[in-house]
Amino acid sequence: MSEQAITSKLFRPRLVGLQRAIALAREVEAFNVEYCAVLDAGLVEQWPDFFTEDGLYRITARENAELGMPVGLVYCQGRNMMIDRAIAIGRTQMFAPRYNLHLVSNTRVTEEQADGTIVAQANFVLLQTLIEGPSTIHMAGVFYDRFVRDGENLLLAERQAIYDTTIIANDLVYPL
Amino acid sequence: MHSTHAVLNRTVRSKDVGLDTCVWPADALHFIPDWVYTNEAVYAREMELIFRGKTWNYVALEAEIPETGDYKRSYVGDTPVVVSRAEDGSINVFENRCAHRGAEFCRHSQGKATEFVCPYHQWSYDLKGNLQGVPFKRGVNKTGGMPKDFKNEDHGLKKLFVTTRNGVIFASYSAEVEAIEDYLQPEIRKDFDVVFPGKKLKILGYYKNELPCNWKMYHENLKDPYHATLLHSFLVVFGLLVAGNKSAMIADAKHGRHGTMASAKSDAVVSSENKKEMRSFHEGMSLRDDRFLDFVKEFDSEWSVTMQTVWPNLVVQREMNTLGVRQIVPNGPNSMLMQWTMFGYEDDTEEMTQHRLRQGNLMGPAGFLGLEDNEAMKFVQEGVRRSSSDVNVIKLDADRIGTSDTLISEACIRGMYQYYRQVMGFGEAA
Repeated sequence: MSEQAITSKLFRPRLVGLQRAIALAREVEAFNVEYCAVLDAGLVEQWPDFFTEDGLYRITARENAELGMPVGLVYCQGRNMMIDRAIAIGRTQMFAPRYNLHLVSNTRVTEEQADGTIVAQANFVLLQTLIEGPSTIHMAGVFYDRFVRDGENLLLAERQAIYDTTIIANDLVYPL
Repeated sequence: MHSTHAVLNRTVRSKDVGLDTCVWPADALHFIPDWVYTNEAVYAREMELIFRGKTWNYVALEAEIPETGDYKRSYVGDTPVVVSRAEDGSINVFENRCAHRGAEFCRHSQGKATEFVCPYHQWSYDLKGNLQGVPFKRGVNKTGGMPKDFKNEDHGLKKLFVTTRNGVIFASYSAEVEAIEDYLQPEIRKDFDVVFPGKKLKILGYYKNELPCNWKMYHENLKDPYHATLLHSFLVVFGLLVAGNKSAMIADAKHGRHGTMASAKSDAVVSSENKKEMRSFHEGMSLRDDRFLDFVKEFDSEWSVTMQTVWPNLVVQREMNTLGVRQIVPNGPNSMLMQWTMFGYEDDTEEMTQHRLRQGNLMGPAGFLGLEDNEAMKFVQEGVRRSSSDVNVIKLDADRIGTSDTLISEACIRGMYQYYRQVMGFGEAA
C-alpha cells in the first residue's frame, strides 16, 4: 500500500449538509469544553459520566490505527471499565503530580445517522506541566467520536483518541 | 516531558568523569555506584562491550515481516538497523546507514520494498544489504565516475549476524556469540518457549515511549520482585500478586544476566501482618468490571505471570493473557526508548483477542503497572544524577546471588551486576 493510501485511511468524508454540520459541531464543541474542564480540573472520577453505559474508550497510536491494529494504550469497553480506571488513577496509582491542559479545535461533524447518532472528530493537544518542568506538548492527535442524545445532552458512545505522538514522554496518566 | 525538555537536566560532575575513576565500592555485591547510571564513558563502553559484544539483541518478530520485501526499522543498542526478508526467505539485519555518505536511508517504521534506495545519491541495495547500483558509476562522457577498481561487493551495508527462535529475531555484531539456544540457557528458555512455542503470532499493535532513565534500570526493575507488591498496590488489592503467594525470581545459572520473574495468581487474602508492611494497601477496593483480571489458562505452565529479561535488550511479557515483547533502546546514560509489540496467536478466537486487549490495560505506558514503573524509574534517575550521595544499597536476601524463591530479595540484581562488572572490567575498591 502506498504511503498516501495508509495515511488517508483515517479520513472521513462529510456526509451531512454544511449548515447542519455547523449546528451539530457547536453542540459537540460545547460537550468537549465541559469534558476538558472536568479533566483539566483533575476531576478524573467524573470523567466516565460523559459516556454511555456501554461506551467504548480507546487511546491508540496513529501507527496502530493506520495499520488496522486493535491494541489500546487504554482500552475501556463500557463505563464500568472507565470507572475502575478513574478510581485507580484517583486513589491508588503512584505518579508525580502534574497539571493537564487540553486544547480542542477543528471540530468537525461528518455524519448524522437516522437514530440521531452524530459522527464527529476534533483535534486535541494535551499540555502537561510537571512540578519542576516546563509546559510541554504531551500528546497531539484527533478524537474520533460517536455521540448519542440523552435528553438535551450528548453522551459519547465511542471515543477513539488517536495520537500522532510516536514516542510518548514516559507515560500517560490521565485520560485524554 | 521528554528528557530533552527537562529544566533540571544536569549530572553532578563527579558522577560523569573518566573511566579510570570508576571503581566499584569494596563490598561489591551489596552496593551499586551511581556512576553506572550517569556516566557517558561507561555508556560508550556498554555499547561496545555489551550491545556490540557477544550478545544476541532482539530486533523484531517474524510475524512482522512474513513476506519477501517486508522490512522493519529497529535498533541494536542505540544503532539503527533494518530487518528485512529477502527473496530466499532469509532474514537480514543491516545498519541503517548508506555505505556512501552515511545517510539513514530507511525512514518508515515498517513497510514493503523490492530494494533499498538511499535518497541522497540513489545508491541502491538489495534486500540482503548488498550494493546493487551506483548511478553514473562510469561517469558521463567518459569523465568522472568511480575508479576502475571500485567493487560493489566491497561497499555493501554493514551486516549483522542473525538468528531466530520460534519466530523471534535476534541480531549480533559478534561472530563468537553462542547459539541462541545456549545463549538463553535452560532456565530462561523454558518460559520463553511457553510464550513462543512456534505457533504463529498475530500482532495486535505497538506502544513506544521514552523513559528518562538508564537502560539497566529496566532490567533491574524486572529482577526486583521486592517492588512488585509495594509499588503496585493494584496487584495486591486484586490478588494478582501477594507477598507470600507462589512466586519465584529465576536467573540463568551460567551468567545471571537473564531473568524470569514468575508468579501464580492466587485468591489468598493478605494477612494483617503483611498489610501493615504495605502502605499502599487499600482494603475494600473492588472492580466494577473485573473481566480484565480473568486468567484463561492457555499454557502448560505453573505460572500465570512470567516477566522475562533477556540480556541485553529484550523483555518478554506474559502477564496472564496479555502478551508482548519490549525492546530496550538505550539513548545515552539518562534515557532509553521502549518499543512494545503486543501480540496474540493466529488461532485466537475473537473473544480471546478482546480479552487480551482488555487485559492490556495493565501494561504499557498508560498501564496500571506500567506507568508506576516508569514514574519510579524516572525518580531514581533524577535522584542518582543530582544527589551528593552516590551508592545504592542491595542487601535484601544478602547471601544469595541469582535465583531466589522469595519476593523479598535482591539476589537477581546482585547476580546481574556481578556479570556486568566482569564484562565491563570494573575493579573493586581495595
